[in-house]
Amino acid sequence: MHGLINRAIQSFVCATYGRPLWLRVVESAELGFTEFEAMLVYDRETCLRAVEALCSELGRSRNEVLEDMGTYLVSHPNMEGLRRLLRFGGSSYVEFLHSLDDLADRARLAVSDLNLPGLELHEHSPSEFTLVCEPGLPGFASVLVGVLRAMADDYGALVMLAHEGQREQTELISIKLVESAFSQGRHFDLGGRT
Amino acid sequence: MTLRTSDLTQLLARLCPMFVLLDEAGRICRVGDTLQKLRPMQDMQGLFFQDLFELLRPHGLTTMSELLASADAKLRLRFRDEPRTALKGVVAPLPRGQGAVVNLSFGISILDAVRDYALTSADFSGTDLAIELLYLVEAKSAAMEASCSLNQRLQGAMLAAEEQAYTDMLTGLGNRRAMDHLLGHLVASGTPFALMHLDLDFFKSVNDRLGHAAGDVVLQHSAHIMREATRGDDIVARIGGDEFVLLVKHLQDRAQLGGMAARLIERLQQPIPFEKEFCQISASIGIALSSQFADPQPNEILRAADEALYAAKRAGRAKHRFFDASGERETDVSRTCQHETGATGPHAPPRMEPDQLS
Repeated sequence: MHGLINRAIQSFVCATYGRPLWLRVVESAELGFTEFEAMLVYDRETCLRAVEALCSELGRSRNEVLEDMGTYLVSHPNMEGLRRLLRFGGSSYVEFLHSLDDLADRARLAVSDLNLPGLELHEHSPSEFTLVCEPGLPGFASVLVGVLRAMADDYGALVMLAHEGQREQTELISIKLVESAFSQGRHFDLGGRT
Repeated sequence: MTLRTSDLTQLLARLCPMFVLLDEAGRICRVGDTLQKLRPMQDMQGLFFQDLFELLRPHGLTTMSELLASADAKLRLRFRDEPRTALKGVVAPLPRGQGAVVNLSFGISILDAVRDYALTSADFSGTDLAIELLYLVEAKSAAMEASCSLNQRLQGAMLAAEEQAYTDMLTGLGNRRAMDHLLGHLVASGTPFALMHLDLDFFKSVNDRLGHAAGDVVLQHSAHIMREATRGDDIVARIGGDEFVLLVKHLQDRAQLGGMAARLIERLQQPIPFEKEFCQISASIGIALSSQFADPQPNEILRAADEALYAAKRAGRAKHRFFDASGERETDVSRTCQHETGATGPHAPPRMEPDQLS
């Protein structure tokens, strides 16, 4: 599992619940270290143990916790860089949804050994979509629900999201666009990087 | 099918938001929306192309006919006024000498351009890779930043590990830290011991004459000899360039220690092969005993051994001396050390000059 993913979990826990909780997670997951390095690769079990330990420390379900993490990845000031990268996907929420088909390729373009599961958007009507999430990264669909929710806020769109669970190997997320320009959304300009 | 000018401009506006339509005189008839956005206060229509842009490549184009003739070449140009954004372009002449279309793009200046002109994705054609390029630049910068911070932390960890290391990398002996630690331990536990401070003689001339590689071989060879000459629970450490400390536990007997020092010196004097040459060194040893101190302190014992080493050097090298606790050493080296001078026996080496060493 790529360090970027592990590091994102650590960053989420520290920013949301504080470092003391992270240290408890590290201890109960028996990681043997306290810091994930973003640019190293860790074995899969390590990451899964950390998430499991986090959920039991918080006493919340894995889906809930991972969804919060997805929201954090887009909306927290720590993660401005990632939000910007996602905003390059399109100038409207619908364009952004369509750009998710390329998400895994985009990730690989930036960091060649970062492998995210493939995504495929099915458009049932101009306002109704299903996002099909391929297997490979347990919990990824839950994180995505949080990401999609936060990105809707970012674009100023009003959406209804539901994690529809698994079908065969894939996981499904249904997306209903209620209003594409519901609010101002957050500003994004192409040359805005600092 | 004939194409009217209005159709043409419509088509260009859709496909090439940075096009310029020129008449036969080189005057601008129409420009794409994105290009016009770069100079919002100045209507480009009616200006001469060459007045708005400075052509950098190909060199020396001044007339419209020259521009038309460069249709195969890639244009490199920039605005004549600030910000002097660099642009790339291609020229396509219109049929029957009616003028030309120039299609422009930012090239690598895209990074500054999006900032300078507050461009949005709507300003680029649907097939333009500009957005992907911008995405990639940001993604790579973020990845590079993460890599750099990892490198810095690894570098820091490496330095810390080196600092904490107890082993001398060259010889595999303990290092100064290891020696300090173990000496402190011996003193604290009240274990009787002898401390030998050994300094290689003529080492510098080996280094000077045969290079550092030879010096390294000599140090490794010497380390091997010292390890062989000591017992398993004694400690040998390299504490400086050609300086060593041997901690010999439970031994206070001067005859035994003197014999050990003499054997060490004798073995170190055997020529050491290096490539096709031989390196000849020797050693001087100063010895202090823990029993020479009522309340031994590590620094005191080290200083005492160091004084004895100094006396050995002054006595002509290739010798060992015991620390003289009576304090008379400074005034009469030969007398205080006389009992030990014979210890090197028949093997006392001739004085060696650097040019004799081979």
